Amino acid sequence: MIYDPAPLAVIVFILFVVFTVGLSFFLGRKAKSSAGYFAAHGQIPWAVNGVAFAGDYLSAASFLGICGMIATYGYDGFLYSIGYLAGWIVALFVIAEPMKRLGKFTFADALDAKFNSPGIKAAAGISTLVVSIFYLIPQMVGAGVLIQPLLGYPHWVGVVMVGVVVIMIVVTAGMVSTTWVQFLKGSLLVLFSGILVVMVLGKGLNAKPDAFETLGPVARDSLAGFVSEDRKVMPADDGWQDQDYIRLRKAGASGFDLFRVESVDGTDNVLLREAQVIRTTDGQRLVDGSPIGTDADQKQLRPVGHVSKLPDGQEQTGPLGPIEFFNTIRDSELVLWGNETVVHDDGSKSTVYFQKPTDGTRVLRPGEHPKFAGIRGDNTIDKINFLSLMLALFCGTASLPHILIRYYTVKDGAAARKSTIVGIATIGFFYVLTMYLGLGAMTSGAMDLSDNNMAAPLLARSLSPLLFAIISAIAFTTVLGTVSGLILASSGAVAHDLIGGVLGIKLSGEAQVRVAKLAAVVVGIIAIILGILFKELNVSYLVGWAFSIAASANLPALVMLLFWKRTTKEGIIASVVMGAMSSLGWILLSSDTYAKVYGWDPADAIAPFSQPGIVTIPLAFLTLVVVSLWSQPKPAIG
Amino acid sequence: MNMEDSQFSPASPQRRFNTRLGLILFAFYSLLYLGFVLISALATDMMEITVVAGLNLAIVYGFGLIFAAFVLAMAYGLLCKTETTPPSQEDVQ
Repeated sequence: MIYDPAPLAVIVFILFVVFTVGLSFFLGRKAKSSAGYFAAHGQIPWAVNGVAFAGDYLSAASFLGICGMIATYGYDGFLYSIGYLAGWIVALFVIAEPMKRLGKFTFADALDAKFNSPGIKAAAGISTLVVSIFYLIPQMVGAGVLIQPLLGYPHWVGVVMVGVVVIMIVVTAGMVSTTWVQFLKGSLLVLFSGILVVMVLGKGLNAKPDAFETLGPVARDSLAGFVSEDRKVMPADDGWQDQDYIRLRKAGASGFDLFRVESVDGTDNVLLREAQVIRTTDGQRLVDGSPIGTDADQKQLRPVGHVSKLPDGQEQTGPLGPIEFFNTIRDSELVLWGNETVVHDDGSKSTVYFQKPTDGTRVLRPGEHPKFAGIRGDNTIDKINFLSLMLALFCGTASLPHILIRYYTVKDGAAARKSTIVGIATIGFFYVLTMYLGLGAMTSGAMDLSDNNMAAPLLARSLSPLLFAIISAIAFTTVLGTVSGLILASSGAVAHDLIGGVLGIKLSGEAQVRVAKLAAVVVGIIAIILGILFKELNVSYLVGWAFSIAASANLPALVMLLFWKRTTKEGIIASVVMGAMSSLGWILLSSDTYAKVYGWDPADAIAPFSQPGIVTIPLAFLTLVVVSLWSQPKPAIG
Repeated sequence: MNMEDSQFSPASPQRRFNTRLGLILFAFYSLLYLGFVLISALATDMMEITVVAGLNLAIVYGFGLIFAAFVLAMAYGLLCKTETTPPSQEDVQ
């Protein structure tokens, strides 16, 4: 689709940036000491910290990724909402208070609280860096991908803009300004998502059976001579032979109209359902055979997403309640879109998008997305893969360093607990909204087939231009909040854990802050470069990597340190190293990575399934126990 | 880090109570989550059964998990005992 950037969105976004950067400079004087820079002096009110948790945690993956996935396949995207929220239970009941008591500035502090070992600092510091950078890359690429349709600038501008703004936020006032940026972003995201859902329910659902053309039924034998409104069937050549599609063309017109040929059960007749195709050849993009564009002889992919039948033959429902909304969808027929690839004689490829009339019940249950379809089959490996993913989501949240360092910003264990409760309420409320946003987008008639990440902003556009501007600006600021947290966590790992703890270079408070700021600038620049380099890749799966590695490397060590008295420093180091190496190794040898990263045949992959958690999390626990028992101090003390 | 005020000093009775309560609630929620994940993976069709108000199990259990997280979190917040903080040099204010 071609987007007209909204000037209003640019204005809203610039206002947000000017406000946050101004605030950062204003707050800068509070962050001159290490305690100020890394932990905001532990003076952040718990309620603010709770909302900041939401601002830190709800990355573009949550807002755009989950909404897009629900809008395209239904319930499956909501599985991520459930898993991401459940992880907070681990954070609240197991990690929150000890984390606050044990540590001071970084995740490594907490892990090293009992032993004061450079080895633990090195392992935890490096694990923090690896997890944060994997998390960072998709955020930066996301900034570039978003800026084009939302604000109208090229990819690199988005990446550089986010990078520069975040470096300014982090360098001026460290955790103090990062907290307020995340607080603002968290509040705005939840508030406006709420408004959007109220509008979706207020509008209700409309049936549009004629949104796309359906022709026939026609006898299959007479298809070659079929004519409709002066359009004749084009010869099936250049890759279109032996496909379930026919192309209709009007003499003198540009391009063609594509139809999918579908058998009518029990007869020799077929129905022709309109499809859309986009072809990339010699650097040119063609939509339905015409150059892409908005002129008379050009075409673009048309927006999709509609209800074809409402219950009882209604045309529109009017306002719906939250439960009524689901029940109406359940009894409706929706049109989802599938896609497949057609290869042409010159080797170029077309992506064909075709309609899939779908029973409403199917979008309200798990197992529709190709990634989750395995749970409906008989293949045990697919089911284990699913369990492994859900385990990684559950264990990953409470092991993400950029989330954990927020616990140092409040004054004591009780405040850590209260802020987590506020975080759970805010994040949980947002995840409830994702299901409505996703299904709202699915039925909005505004979806972009080539980019389902745009579902939430496009849903807003279908309701109000002002809301589109605000939601676009918020989507972009979503990246700012999360990236600030990640860069701060990385700079702490470098300055406090690696330089201070491992190399043993003793720095005064202010010198340490200067080093940390320098580290933030370097990590920020690296993030900008990676964001531009990875432009062409769909890197959203890196967030999944980050969760799996964090859950395997960090959680077992942290939990055992808290609850098993015989844990030794050797055990912790071995567990972190084993967890990180085994999960990363598994991922690099998995079929997903084979297909998406190396471009190899996924069938050759060595790892039996994609998600490592179910193997590598227990492995890290086991490593810790075995190594700890082996390295028990000889004369037992106490 | 001073060992005296760390996690590893003898815990106050209040802290022991809070830790225990946290672990009990954690175990309860884990079972709830495990149930959801196992049904999704092993008895996927069960998710389509209508449970209440016309809503299927997938919706009720899924939203239920989010709601339960909130309720348990609130319960934990209300039941936790306030610790009598031992005076320590780090507790300025």
